[in-house]
Amino acid sequence: MSNYEIYIAIIIMALINLFTRVFPFLFFSKKELPKSLEFIEKFFPPVIMTILIVYTLKDIDFSLYPYGTKELTGIIFTAVLHFTLKNYLISIFFGTIFYMGLVQYL
Amino acid sequence: MKYEREIKTAFKISIPVMMGYGVLGFAFGLLLVSFDYPWYLAPIMSLFIYAGALQFVAINFFNAKAGFIDIAIASWFVNLRQSFYGLSLLKRFKNTGKLKAYLIFSLTDESYALLTTIKDNDQLKKRWYYFFLMAFNQSYWFLGSTLGAIVGSNIKFNTAGLEFSLTALFVVLCIEQYKSLKNSTPFVIGAISSLFALVFIPSDKMLIVSITISLLLLFFFKKRLNDE
Repeated sequence: MSNYEIYIAIIIMALINLFTRVFPFLFFSKKELPKSLEFIEKFFPPVIMTILIVYTLKDIDFSLYPYGTKELTGIIFTAVLHFTLKNYLISIFFGTIFYMGLVQYL
Repeated sequence: MKYEREIKTAFKISIPVMMGYGVLGFAFGLLLVSFDYPWYLAPIMSLFIYAGALQFVAINFFNAKAGFIDIAIASWFVNLRQSFYGLSLLKRFKNTGKLKAYLIFSLTDESYALLTTIKDNDQLKKRWYYFFLMAFNQSYWFLGSTLGAIVGSNIKFNTAGLEFSLTALFVVLCIEQYKSLKNSTPFVIGAISSLFALVFIPSDKMLIVSITISLLLLFFFKKRLNDE
């Protein structure tokens, strides 16, 4: 992207982000959610998080050696760390260091 | 000092967020400049967007030269969860006057978590207490990301693989979601839609297509999801 396009993109993201935060204050004066929204509220966040994991791997070429095994190992390592130590900073920090080690030294 | 008590209490409560935002913000700044973007984009984004996951994803948008409409839709879905945060804060934010605008603007995951867990203290002026708490949080994110960007553009080291911090962030968020939901169907739906899009769709359209397929699948399996 050119610099000019980057600034427009930032403005768009800032506005949309703000919109998602203002939304309930604009449209729900009571504390009740319509049934259909309740469904989205409950089930969409896990869906988008899963999608975003795969999205971050979109530039990996899985048809070439080592076929994405480094990414998969990194994800498993991070997940195991998080299940055992339950500290999100440790999981993200050491997960990333581990992956950087795989990419830089193997 | 006016509001001294509010500032002190807010600072104490915000310390865990300082650690989190400091480190994650630093990683964001480093990652941003590792793709040769100017360092000052980090403070600009942290000031005006102020959303962790979205700012990381934004780097991917820049790299992929994503279209503006795609960026708008994808940003909306990435942050859709925030639209449900305000619901439990409608009452808390009443009578916060002019500060309310900033309280809403700065409603990140972590700030929301703090606001919904702290107890109100009658000795504190509520709206200023909230305001300082939110402002402390944003300042950590702002400083962390700016510092990361400046360090990254001045000290050259091998950053290959640093982009995995984003993957790791989502892995952690995903696990947290699973712990509270205890239902694997949404994760399967997310995985199927995104893997399909990964294989068949060019990378600049991948996110939008994944979201669309997943929404269709969600509604298709609505009954099953609600029954579980």
